[in-house]
Amino acid sequence: MQHSREFLLDSYRRMATIRRFEDRVHDEFAGGKIPGFVHLYAGEEASAVGVCSHLENRDVIASTHRGHGHCIAKGCDVGDMMKEIYGRRSGLCSGKGGSMHIADLSKGMLGANGIVGGGPPLICGAALTAKYLKTGGVAVAFVGDGGSNQGTTLESYNLAKIWNLPVIFVVEDNGYAESTASAWSVGGSQTGRAAGFGMPSAEVDGFDFFAVHDAARDMVERARKGGGPSLLHVKLMRFYGHFEGDAMTYRGPGEVARLREEKDSLKIFRGKVTAAGLLQDHELDIVEEEITDLIDGAVRAAETDVFPTAADLLTDVYVRY
Amino acid sequence: MTKKTYRQAINEAIASEMRRDHRVIVMGEDNAGGMGAPGEDDAWGGVLGVTKGLQPEFGRDRVLDTPISESAFIGAAAGAAATGLRPIAELMFVDFMGVCFDQIFNQAAKFRYMFGGKAVTPLVIRTMYGAGFRAASQHSQCLYPIFTHIPGLKVVLPSSPYEAKGLMIQAIRDDDPVIFFEHKVMYDDTGDVPDESYTIPFGEANLTREGDDVTIVAFGRMVNFANQAADEMKRDGIAATVIDPRTTSPLDTETILDSVAETGRLVVVDEAHPRCSMAADISRLVAEEAFDALKAPIKTVTPPHSPVPFSPALEDLYVPNPARIREAVQAVMAAN
Repeated sequence: MQHSREFLLDSYRRMATIRRFEDRVHDEFAGGKIPGFVHLYAGEEASAVGVCSHLENRDVIASTHRGHGHCIAKGCDVGDMMKEIYGRRSGLCSGKGGSMHIADLSKGMLGANGIVGGGPPLICGAALTAKYLKTGGVAVAFVGDGGSNQGTTLESYNLAKIWNLPVIFVVEDNGYAESTASAWSVGGSQTGRAAGFGMPSAEVDGFDFFAVHDAARDMVERARKGGGPSLLHVKLMRFYGHFEGDAMTYRGPGEVARLREEKDSLKIFRGKVTAAGLLQDHELDIVEEEITDLIDGAVRAAETDVFPTAADLLTDVYVRY
Repeated sequence: MTKKTYRQAINEAIASEMRRDHRVIVMGEDNAGGMGAPGEDDAWGGVLGVTKGLQPEFGRDRVLDTPISESAFIGAAAGAAATGLRPIAELMFVDFMGVCFDQIFNQAAKFRYMFGGKAVTPLVIRTMYGAGFRAASQHSQCLYPIFTHIPGLKVVLPSSPYEAKGLMIQAIRDDDPVIFFEHKVMYDDTGDVPDESYTIPFGEANLTREGDDVTIVAFGRMVNFANQAADEMKRDGIAATVIDPRTTSPLDTETILDSVAETGRLVVVDEAHPRCSMAADISRLVAEEAFDALKAPIKTVTPPHSPVPFSPALEDLYVPNPARIREAVQAVMAAN
């Protein structure tokens, strides 16, 4: 591991921020404080952070309905995200988007997306902008195993390839599209599909930050240098249900408990860096405490922020109408 | 003024805006044509030649041919628009919206609202519509009411070469997603079109005929039919106002309501299917806002509620025509 202490602490901080954010949203949703419905990313942190730690503001990502982790990994403000999820006026999207539509274009976050497979075509466009304006930027489409079966995703593989766009398709295969197993729903394999479109690809253990980070490095560098698109198949699982309130009757007995015990990306990260003597446990504990304060503050601020008013209902439908 | 075709007017508008702003790019199936094929470059310039000559002038970086993959490239145009370009994407026939509509109505149309006003999506989607080409059920529909239904989209229906150029330049300069409907039967229509650039604002209707007896609201190609009917009826002593709203979204409701207040009679001519159409929408508007001004029930002139037929014998029965508009006007004039 050739990483600086600063990088390791920052990566752990981002992953732990996602975990605590999602755990807290889980609790507050159960307590009836959050309207609508939410899809939580807990368990998948190593993927978002492993990929996005290669990215800068000029790089653009598109996310999924399970988007909180990608938002945090790409640098969206956690307090403004929480306000958005609470539907408050000073939320990141002024309370008009909610959990499934959090976006911050100034951070290169082109939106979570309520439509499965909605993001990849958009990311081809973001990559086209980067290529045409010669910004040196790359674009990353996160899709799930469910989204990997959408025509939009497969069409985007083809377009990115023939236009030689700086795109990385990250297929986060968490084992289930809603309640349907990816082992059943995906014909062929993700890497085989990439090969079919002439794209380099890799399959990685999505619980291991370092595996994701290393695999993504090559792909981001290739895209930046004009080498075109590639595909990263990240194998992982989510700790929570498809949505909050999902009884997860499709999962095996003890599956989630085992997952939390054996495949917790935070524990795996901590184990690796402490065993290698790169960081001490107490340093990571301090990070955890800071994150607890951050999330507490975010929830307090969200709870006390005002709701949008009637005057906000019709603003921003158009730039001008 | 120079006589130009509807096709030339659109081409000229795009070319002049591409010269003016390097962020304007064009993409679509066969927009240049012959990509990767052994024959000539710019082989087609669009399936009906509207984008001919753009690739030789602006190059392959700015005039991008696409695979037949509407979801990918219409979505890419939306993503490019949200990240700094001003793409003009061609959805060859509007009938093909079925394979890419999500990227238009769930993505491009909603970015600004969903993202709390932080997104700007200056996207133009050019698309061919309309019957009369013997192109049958999957290449002849209008479908603009479906786009008009979606908040976040602007919908433009140019009715002449002059209108086409000014509205296209406005569409390209506009910061919202615009769906620009080109009637495939009108590409060879000619009219006076200035050589210089000009814009026609959205949401400002054009009165193509003025008269006190009846208001005819018509869209796209139907404006020409309404004008023709109005001119014929003038000989019979009926003076019609013909309103071309130019855009169905935004819609110039004020001009329509003001006119109905004066004439007390309304005929709406819409080439789209009759249910949930512009004909239904304008009728609803006037019934709600100007009911007291009406001297006769509103009449609509539309095709029947059926797919567009192929056989010329049937298609000619399907499409509204000046004779049917005259009949509708005579009916509202007779009521009293």
